[in-house]
Amino acid sequence: MTSLPAFPSGRRLGLVIDLDICVGCHACAVHCKEWNTGGHPAPLTDRDAYGTDPVGVWLNRIHTFEADEGDDVRTIHFPKSCLHCENAECVTVCPTGASYKREQDGVVLVNEDWCIGCKLCSWACPYGAREYDETEGVMKKCTLCIDRIYNENMPEVDRVPACVLTCPAGARHFGDLGDPRSAVSRLVAARGGHDLMPELGYKPTNKYLPPRPRKTRARDIGAPRRLVPAGNAERLLAKWMDRIFTR
Amino acid sequence: MHPAYSVIFFTTTSGAGYGLLILLGFLSAADALPPHFGLGLAAFGLALGLVTFGLLSSTFHLGHPERAWRAMSQWRSSWLSREGVFAVLVYPAVGLFALGWLVFGRNYGPWAVAGLLAAGLSMLTVICTAMIYFSLKTIHQWHNIWTPPAYATLSVMSGGVLLNALVEIFGLSNPYIAGWVAASIAVAWIAKLFYWRFIDDTEALSTPETATGLRVYGKLRAVEGPHTVDNYLNREMGYHVARRHAADLRRVVHLSAFALPLALTMVSLLFGNSGAAIAATLVAALAASLGLVCERWLFFAEAKHTVNLYYGAEAA
Ligand code: SF4
Ligand code: SF4
Ligand code: SF4
Repeated sequence: MTSLPAFPSGRRLGLVIDLDICVGCHACAVHCKEWNTGGHPAPLTDRDAYGTDPVGVWLNRIHTFEADEGDDVRTIHFPKSCLHCENAECVTVCPTGASYKREQDGVVLVNEDWCIGCKLCSWACPYGAREYDETEGVMKKCTLCIDRIYNENMPEVDRVPACVLTCPAGARHFGDLGDPRSAVSRLVAARGGHDLMPELGYKPTNKYLPPRPRKTRARDIGAPRRLVPAGNAERLLAKWMDRIFTR
Repeated sequence: MHPAYSVIFFTTTSGAGYGLLILLGFLSAADALPPHFGLGLAAFGLALGLVTFGLLSSTFHLGHPERAWRAMSQWRSSWLSREGVFAVLVYPAVGLFALGWLVFGRNYGPWAVAGLLAAGLSMLTVICTAMIYFSLKTIHQWHNIWTPPAYATLSVMSGGVLLNALVEIFGLSNPYIAGWVAASIAVAWIAKLFYWRFIDDTEALSTPETATGLRVYGKLRAVEGPHTVDNYLNREMGYHVARRHAADLRRVVHLSAFALPLALTMVSLLFGNSGAAIAATLVAALAASLGLVCERWLFFAEAKHTVNLYYGAEAA
């Protein structure tokens, strides 16, 4: 059923991603791929995986941005997976009923036995969270690790999404964002967590925590304001050294 | 957005077929079309051929064509599903209309009601197609109040040039029909002009800063992507046509889809039932078809999806 739940339970499971902490190591994306290629949306296929034009389905992607100029420039690593939006238009556009949003916890899933592979849901997602699987002919997306978080065959500490479990920096948190007293909701309140593209009205569940303000600026500890390109003499020297060492 | 040939052919061919059905229904009800057997056979054959070919080509781009029937189930929420439902309902209505015309030799009276029903359902199908694009907030250029009017009028005009050619071929020329066709071309041209004006004069709400929520840190630059080779998102939604190139193609559309067919339709309006009018209407139909393929290609190529903001696009 691709209408959104008429009576949502109020539980809104999702992720909180800390942009202050993320080091851009892509470990969460790798574990996501590893878990899910054998899990709910299995398999996540690849083509030409070891060739020159490798392309495949991943449910979690890490972008890297730079903000500002000069010595104030900062690098921000930006993980992005499905945000399990409250107003998920990727679901309402689906003609077959394959895409749905669960009433009990708000998780957005695809029923791959019904999906016709029309790709319209991926057009309707502003965030690029849905990836089409060419080999299987169906749409794939983050499942919030639905086969982990309720999995009674796992020890309780492991009943969290693979990406959250694996992050070596602790930049990803999982919990109920519909409950204002939950640990994730309090974290969002304390750190001023924000939505992505709020202007489109999708009301994403996942929140992003902004990088903290800097305590010391680079120029205060003697760094140059701008990096100057090397002069001719240095360039010649570098070329010569390069020649020596590559021999 | 990547201009996929299956979707370009689906929307232009089925658009022309539905446009032809719309005009057959309305002009019959207005008593402007004689229930001539040859004309009816050719017109219904052409319209149903175009519509059916279009629908089949649209299922080619599905990952699972054998499950296509499921696409009619979610009409409560999905415009794509509604399009499927109306596209199927058109067939029995056209069947009834064609029965009256071809078997009983009548397209007036109660049979005209079947014609109007076929015309109405055809129009609804085209509007549903347009609503699929219009409803996407992710694509500024399509989330444009002129998308549905442009689709609807382009469909009527592309069916119109075909009807005008058929009418001339069967020696049934009549200024009333040519007049309606000329008017439909003019109206479609105006709708498309407003569509392009919206694209040129307005800007998308979303920027790299709103996409990441990092406005306070200053101007953002994407320095490293998540993958080294283009993925599905880049291939499907990252298509980019240069501004200069798009301007050239718009000129082709102005000329081939609108100016030329309009002028040639005027020829048939003034000199109906002549060899020159037959030639003029055939060239008009050909020019309009090529022009509309070009127009539809641009419709996709000029559309920018918000996902590109994560991949270094400065604006959506
Ligand atoms: S992030 Fe995209 S795929 Fe996920 S719920 Fe929101 S719109 Fe749908
Ligand atoms: S690709 Fe599948 S899940 Fe997405 S809209 Fe089409 S049928 Fe629904
Ligand atoms: S919640 Fe699971 S499926 Fe979603 S990004 Fe994390 S690991 Fe991948």
